[in-house]
Amino acid sequence: MPPKKVAIVNYGMGNLFSVKHACLAAGLFPWITDSPAEISKADALILPGVGAFGEAMKILNRLGLSTVIREFVEMDKPVMGICLGMQLLMTRSFEFGKHEGLNIIEGEVVSLKEAFKPGENFKVPHVTWNKNKTPEGKSWKGSMLDGMANGQYMYFVHSYFVTPRDTHVVLSSTQYGGIVFCSSLQYKNVFACQYHPERSGPAGLKIYCNFANFIQQMSLGGEYVRAS
Amino acid sequence: MTKRLPHPIRVIPRLDIKGPNLVKGVHLEGLRVLGKPENFARYYYEQGADELIYMDIVASLYGRNNLLHIVEKTSREIFIPLTVGGGLRTIEDIRGILCAGADKVALNTAVIARPEFIREAVTCFGSSTIVVSIEATKHAGEKYECYTDNGRVPTGFDAMEWAQRAAEFGAGEILVTSIDKEGTGKGYDIELTRQIADRVSIPVIACGGAGRLEHIRDVIVDGHADAVVMASVLHYGYIRDQTSERKDFTEGNVNFLMSKQGYSKVQEVALDEIKTYLANFDIETRRKVHAS
Repeated sequence: MPPKKVAIVNYGMGNLFSVKHACLAAGLFPWITDSPAEISKADALILPGVGAFGEAMKILNRLGLSTVIREFVEMDKPVMGICLGMQLLMTRSFEFGKHEGLNIIEGEVVSLKEAFKPGENFKVPHVTWNKNKTPEGKSWKGSMLDGMANGQYMYFVHSYFVTPRDTHVVLSSTQYGGIVFCSSLQYKNVFACQYHPERSGPAGLKIYCNFANFIQQMSLGGEYVRAS
Repeated sequence: MTKRLPHPIRVIPRLDIKGPNLVKGVHLEGLRVLGKPENFARYYYEQGADELIYMDIVASLYGRNNLLHIVEKTSREIFIPLTVGGGLRTIEDIRGILCAGADKVALNTAVIARPEFIREAVTCFGSSTIVVSIEATKHAGEKYECYTDNGRVPTGFDAMEWAQRAAEFGAGEILVTSIDKEGTGKGYDIELTRQIADRVSIPVIACGGAGRLEHIRDVIVDGHADAVVMASVLHYGYIRDQTSERKDFTEGNVNFLMSKQGYSKVQEVALDEIKTYLANFDIETRRKVHAS
């Protein structure tokens, strides 16, 4: 079977190269594109991202990428959002003002700095390897984190975090100072994470492999078991 | 027992590159050829390095940019963050190095020449991509002065004030290197690190001087570093175990390497030894977690 095509959405931000190489390591066929027509032909989509929310949304809207990403989700094709790419999936963000997001997952993007309790002057951005934990009562079996150890360290670099309205979508949480935030989520066929799996060593590559398997299953018409 | 830190500390090998070779100097000069950077990089990745730093130490002197090729090769097989510095002067230079696979860039000479460049780079690539590198020397009267071009050119910039400005301009992290301590194995400049770390609200990476395990602990506990960089202590430990490295270099001062002598100023350590040691002091680092 030929490798599955994964469109890496290029909206001028983020390190697309490392995402591409992680895809290759997982046996996928990635290509970097900003063309909605090209993206709609892909089996799966990755929304990467480093940078500012408002600026990113402007570019996604201008290039017609917002529409194609929403269509992708509606068609139940696999989507992975990474870092800013995760935040863009939400309803709105409060990074430098207020900006409307893709609104694929209901919820907001809020500042770490403002969420700290008084007296907690931790460094922002949160740049480090930190623990990815299973929320109580949840299992990663069958999810994109399948096979991952609870407490696995992943590489984070961010100043904002997502607060999904429906907490059932939360797949993992991470603690920084006194804040426990949603570090990965899964909603329908959308997986998103605040950390960078492509920079999180072998554990991160495992996520790309799970994503590759998932794309394979989806294209065979199989139904994916959602983490519950 | 130390106070519990808010986040795990990153342990970062630094690889100084000249042409195709990994080199190591003392006070950023007097270079020795150690081997091929990509081989060291792969080894450190497998050994659990949290990030890597590549510094092209002659680029800003000759304006040449040899790094692209090495960066591309490295980032294909290494899935941890890679910061690259040395001779990056323009937005196009940064774009080029990011496209080759770097995750962040370290800027010194270019941003000292024109501090606004930090803001421009942050606007283009996001603040998490931009690391401002400060190389400082201590003068009489407790003042630290910033230098550029690997410690060759004094700038008149006060290190503390400059760190603060760099953070205000939007830098995502600050890499602090003590020129006095660099390559000496006598320990980090705790004072320099702590003063900067306490003054800025962004992460500070301490670099220069690691010779023994306790130096690393000290710069975290007393210097308030968010991440620690080391070179010699790791490089010589690696060389000790490798023989193939001696065959494949092409230029530079290789006498030291050929002589197979150790480097007595530093303790030769492996990454896991560092992390195990830090764990004894309650300092969290990224460790292997086994699936239950």
